[in-house]
Amino acid sequence: MENTMDIIENPFSKSNNNKGKEIKEKAVIGITQIAVLLIIAILFVILGIIIYQGRDKFSWEFISSFPTDGMTKGGIFPALIGTFILVIVMSIAAVPFGTITAIYLTEYAHEKSKFAAAVRFSIRTLAVVPSIIFGLFGLGFFIQFMGKGMDSTFNGGELHWGQPNILWASLTMALLTLPVIIVSVEEALKTIPRELREASLALGATKWQTIKQVVFPGSISGIMTGTILAVSRGAGEVAPILFTGAAYYLATLPGSLSDQFMNLGYHVYIMSTQSSDVEKTMPIQFATTLVLLILTLSLNLVAVVIRSRIRRKAK
Amino acid sequence: MRDIKIQVNDLSLYYGEKKALKEISMQIPANKVTALIGPSGCGKSTFLRCINRMNDLIPSVKITGEMLVEGVDIYDKNVDVVNIRKKIGMVFQKSNPFPKSIYENVAYGPRINGLKDKTQLDEIVETSLRQAAIWDEFKDRLDDSALGLSGGQQQRLCIARTLAVSPDIILMDEPASALDPISTSKIEELVHQLKENYTIIIVTHNMQQAARTSDHTAFFYMGELIEMGKTNAIFTKPEKKQTEDYITGRFG
Ligand SMILES: Nc1ncnc2c1ncn2[C@@H]1O[C@H](COP(=O)(O)OP(=O)(O)OP(=O)(O)O)[C@@H](O)[C@H]1O
Ligand SMILES: [Mg+2]
Repeated sequence: MENTMDIIENPFSKSNNNKGKEIKEKAVIGITQIAVLLIIAILFVILGIIIYQGRDKFSWEFISSFPTDGMTKGGIFPALIGTFILVIVMSIAAVPFGTITAIYLTEYAHEKSKFAAAVRFSIRTLAVVPSIIFGLFGLGFFIQFMGKGMDSTFNGGELHWGQPNILWASLTMALLTLPVIIVSVEEALKTIPRELREASLALGATKWQTIKQVVFPGSISGIMTGTILAVSRGAGEVAPILFTGAAYYLATLPGSLSDQFMNLGYHVYIMSTQSSDVEKTMPIQFATTLVLLILTLSLNLVAVVIRSRIRRKAK
Repeated sequence: MRDIKIQVNDLSLYYGEKKALKEISMQIPANKVTALIGPSGCGKSTFLRCINRMNDLIPSVKITGEMLVEGVDIYDKNVDVVNIRKKIGMVFQKSNPFPKSIYENVAYGPRINGLKDKTQLDEIVETSLRQAAIWDEFKDRLDDSALGLSGGQQQRLCIARTLAVSPDIILMDEPASALDPISTSKIEELVHQLKENYTIIIVTHNMQQAARTSDHTAFFYMGELIEMGKTNAIFTKPEKKQTEDYITGRFG
C-alpha cells in the first residue's frame, strides 16, 4: 500500500519495484560491457603475442628469401608468392562466375522463381560448409575426376593433371569464396536505384544494355569489395588446399598451373607440426603468421573503406 | 484520322487483383499537348506508363484492351517493346540523370542504338541540348558530371536526353513538381516549343500549368476517365460535375 501511495504522491520517486529494475538494467549493461572488453582484450593478446614473438624475425630479408637449412632458417618468399598466385587464380575463376550469378539473382530472376530460391539456398549452404569439406571435394572432384579424366583423355594416362597443383587448389578455394563474392555483388547491384534503370529502359535500351551501361558501372566498387573479402578469406584458409596443391617445400617458384606451390598458412601449419625442431622454428612461425595477418587485415580494411563508401552513396 | 496519334480502346489495368484503370477509351491528337489531371492515386501515372509499356516491369500488372499508336496495338505480340520506347520518350517526376557527364547523358540513347561516329554524336548532343534550350548554359561544361546540376537543369537535361533518340511522343509525369517557379516556367516554355514537332502528354497536379500548357485535358478519377476535351472547354464549362468540383478546388 505504501508503495502505491508513494507513486501517487511523487510519480518520479524510486519505488522498490523500480529499484529492482534499475539493478537488472545495470547488470545487463555491465555484462555487455565486460563481454565487449573481453573480446577486445582477446584480440590484443593474440596480436600482442604474434607481434612480440615474431618481431625479431620479421624483416625484408625474411619476406624476400627462400627457407634454408631444412626450413629452420631463412625466409618465406616462396610461400608468399604461392599465396599470391593462389588468390589471383582463384579470383580469376570466382569473380566473373560470382558476378554473373549475382546479376542473375538480382536482375533476371523472378521474385517467385523456384530456381532462384534454390540457388540462394545453395549459396547460403555453401557459406557454412566447413572448409575441410571443400578440400576433400577438391581432391575427389578436381583431381581424381577432372584431372585424371584429362590425363587419360589427352595424355594417354600419363600423370600430369591428376595430382595436386595450383589450378585445382585455386578452383577449390574459388568454390569456398564464391558466396562472399555473390553476396557483396548482389548488395552493390541493389543500391542502383530503380529510377536509373527506368531512365535507361525508357530510352529504348534493352535490359542487358541497361545492366551493362548503368547497373554494372555503378556496382564496380561492390565487386571490388567482394573480391577483396574473398581474397583475404582465401589467403588465410589452409584446409581447402591441404590435399589439392599446397607443398611442404619447393626449391623453386612454381612455373605453371600444374605445379604445386607453397603457402603462408600451410607453412605455419607444417612448421608447427612437422618441423624437425619446432622450438627452433617458433620465431619463423610467428613471423609468418604476422605476415599473413598484416596481409588479411589490410585487405579487410580496404574492403571496409570501399563498402562504407558504397553505403554512403546509396543514401 | 491522321491527326489522332494514340487511340485507346477499353484499356483496363490490374495490379494483381486491384483494378487501377477501368475501361479507358480516348483519342490523343498528334502534335498537341494533352494534360492528364486528377486527384492523387487516380491512375494518371499508371496510364502514362501504359503508353510506353513501362508497366511491363511490374510483374503483377495485367492489361486488357487496346493501345493503338499510329494504328498499331503496342501490346501486340509482334511488337518489340524496345522500338516502342525509342519512339515514345518519357520524362520522370524525379529527374534521373545518369551518374555520367552531361555529354554522355545525352549521347546515351544514340549510343545504345549503335551510333559510334563522334561527329554525328556531337551533332545530336548539340541539337538535343539546343532543343531543350540548355545549349548555351551547358556548351562549355559538357564533360561535367550531370549530378552537379541543379534540379531544374537536371530535368531539362533529362528532356534533352529523351529528345536525342528522336521520339514522336513524349510522356511527362509531373516534370516540374519538384522544381522552383522559375525552373517550372522554363519547362512549360519548353513544352510549348516542343509541341510543334512532338506529341506531348503531361501529367500535372497544377491546374494553372494544365491550363497554360495544354491543348486538351483529360480528367481521371478513381481509375476512370471522367471527361476529356479542349482545355479551354474543360476549364470553363466542364460537362461533368466531378470535373468541375476538381478544377475549382472543391476536392482532390
Ligand atoms: N506498383 C504498384 N503496385 C500496386 N499498386 C500500385 C502500383 N503503382 C500504383 N498503384 C496503385 O494504383 C493506383 C493509381 O496509382 P498512380 O500512381 O497511377 O496514381 P497517380 O494518379 O499517378 O497519383 P499521383 O498523383 O499521386 O502521382 C493507386 O491506388 C496506387 O496505389
Ligand atoms: Mg503519379
